[in-house]
Amino acid sequence: MNDLYAKYIKKEALPTLFCPGCGNGIVQYAAIEAFEKLGIRNDTACVSGIGCSSWIPCYFKMDVMHTTHGRAIAFAEGLKIAQPDKNIVVFSGDGDCLAIGGNHLLHACARNIDITVIMINNMIYGMTGGQKSPATPTGAKTHTSPYGAADVPMKGSELAMTIGASYVARWTTAHPVQLEKAIEEGIKHKGFSFIEVLSQCPVQAGKNVFKEKDPVKIMEMFKEQTYVWHEGDPEQPGKTKIGLLKKDDDAIEYIDRVNNVLRENGIER
Amino acid sequence: MESLQKKEKTAVLQGNEACSQGALYAGCRFFAGYPITPSTEIIEMMSGAMQAAGGHFIQMEDEIGSACAIIGARWGGVKSMTATSGPGYTLMQESIGYAAVTETPIVIVDVQRGGPSTGQPTLSSQQDIYQARYGSHGDYEIIVLAPSSVQEMYDFTIKAFELAERFRTPVILLSDEEIGHMREKVVLQPGTENIHEGKKKYVVSPQADFFQGAWTTVEGQLHDDEGKRIGHLPQKSGDFIENICSKITDHIDEISSVRTYQMEDADIAVLAYGSVARPAMNAINLARGIKDDRGATPFRFLKEIKKRGVGEALRTDYSKLKVGLIKVNSVWPFPDEQIREAAKNCSLVIVPEMNIGKYSREVERCLGGQGTKVVSMSKCGGDLHTPNEILDRILEEVKVDE
Repeated sequence: MNDLYAKYIKKEALPTLFCPGCGNGIVQYAAIEAFEKLGIRNDTACVSGIGCSSWIPCYFKMDVMHTTHGRAIAFAEGLKIAQPDKNIVVFSGDGDCLAIGGNHLLHACARNIDITVIMINNMIYGMTGGQKSPATPTGAKTHTSPYGAADVPMKGSELAMTIGASYVARWTTAHPVQLEKAIEEGIKHKGFSFIEVLSQCPVQAGKNVFKEKDPVKIMEMFKEQTYVWHEGDPEQPGKTKIGLLKKDDDAIEYIDRVNNVLRENGIER
Repeated sequence: MESLQKKEKTAVLQGNEACSQGALYAGCRFFAGYPITPSTEIIEMMSGAMQAAGGHFIQMEDEIGSACAIIGARWGGVKSMTATSGPGYTLMQESIGYAAVTETPIVIVDVQRGGPSTGQPTLSSQQDIYQARYGSHGDYEIIVLAPSSVQEMYDFTIKAFELAERFRTPVILLSDEEIGHMREKVVLQPGTENIHEGKKKYVVSPQADFFQGAWTTVEGQLHDDEGKRIGHLPQKSGDFIENICSKITDHIDEISSVRTYQMEDADIAVLAYGSVARPAMNAINLARGIKDDRGATPFRFLKEIKKRGVGEALRTDYSKLKVGLIKVNSVWPFPDEQIREAAKNCSLVIVPEMNIGKYSREVERCLGGQGTKVVSMSKCGGDLHTPNEILDRILEEVKVDE
């Protein structure tokens, strides 16, 4: 076992629940690498909801809260406000974060509260066996869209940017190094950080969503179908832009804003 | 609202205000909530009070988020509370189950209004009595306190925090619109109580707050004492459910609070909780001929004369009515022993409540075995039972019995 993995992962909890070829392990490793580089293990709590990707932090030897479906961000906000100096990292899936948890995401973004949300987007409900999620591509056949999904997929990152998240990045499991750096940056950034990771689910989404069951080939597709975007670059139609999508260091963070208002009223914290 | 007073003080407050003051005294320093009638005064007062006392307040996007946030804050080591009413309380059930399974001490106030659904936003009820006990899916035990006065709204809020910490469980303060909006004299304690409970043997989940280096795993699936999931293991899972229930049922003596009034010689009892205990007590006074300051007894007598005629009214000898009140403060876990003991000499127990007669079923289960007749006196619509209504029912039942 890799040294860093051994340091952070509860051996007694292994094997993980993840299927062979799942992208969650890549995100898991990127996250612990970021924690280690920042040296924040004991000052960081991980919060997650329900779904495959919400099991990512449950193997960490850290403070972890595995909560209810869609609610991770709401739990995380309470924890952050109670302990404003600590780092809170949320692991959530596309269904957890955009469907059942959508309202909490919107409001946390709008508050610009200083938590980091890593949304693992595999475009499917994996844990329940392959049903359509809000991020499932139009036309994809799933167990709840047997004739092909009619809905237009929601774009989590674009949504977060629009509504007020001050740090937004999108990477894929084919970009583990960039992903790790984004998690580091997201944690260091003071404000709401949203990091979307396009991830493969070879078992439940493979054939019908990605038209491919081989995880390596899906990851190659991620590379082919995305382009790394930089500020000012032209859009490439038909491809998904990845990279740092937004970083606004001037946006005032929620708890700071609250404290500013209190200070104006003579209440010093 | 001044945050922390220096010495004991008497004030006239609304029930909801007293609740906020009680939370402040109990050391609550985090409040998340969402406005809803008739509990809104609590969130209004707590918004200022928490921040002025060095605590935290957040107005969440809904009641679901509010209940989640207070659980998150409690794992951050801060005592926390939310307050709501029927529709919001329904939304919180998911998190109440989560708090029960993770053994998180939190306090939730439900200032009841009439339901179902949007129901009667401005009128009172006791319709959430079962939801308070059985609201979340799955099996768990929970502690529910029902105040009958503004003073009790203050005292029981403090008690709720103490019990939540002692048994590491969500505690529900089940108030209602009558008590929430009533203004009464209340004695407020100075300073802040520092409730601190050590590690509990009867708690099976991890207990260390976050950021202590303990690497706590808080897990909503059934789990062992390290937070590792056991939901796929039937034997361990069964034991887990047994444990989170027995930690409460085994300590029912410590939790239960049942008060009696005029029960020493009573063979008839009125059993009530929450706001209905007030007219119930007045009904006992009327029946016993106990004078109160408001001249209710002479008035009652005049009404009797008008209603039944002088002869009949004079023949109604209230002194023979041995009626008493059993007031249940801790409605859940159901205080079987205390109620059986209080009603041991009673042949008749009348249970007035502002719902379709829910709690009376529990009372019947409890007392039916000892041959006591249990009569439900339900009233829906938003009005409290009047003392005379309760007294009439007593007289009616006594005649039937005779």
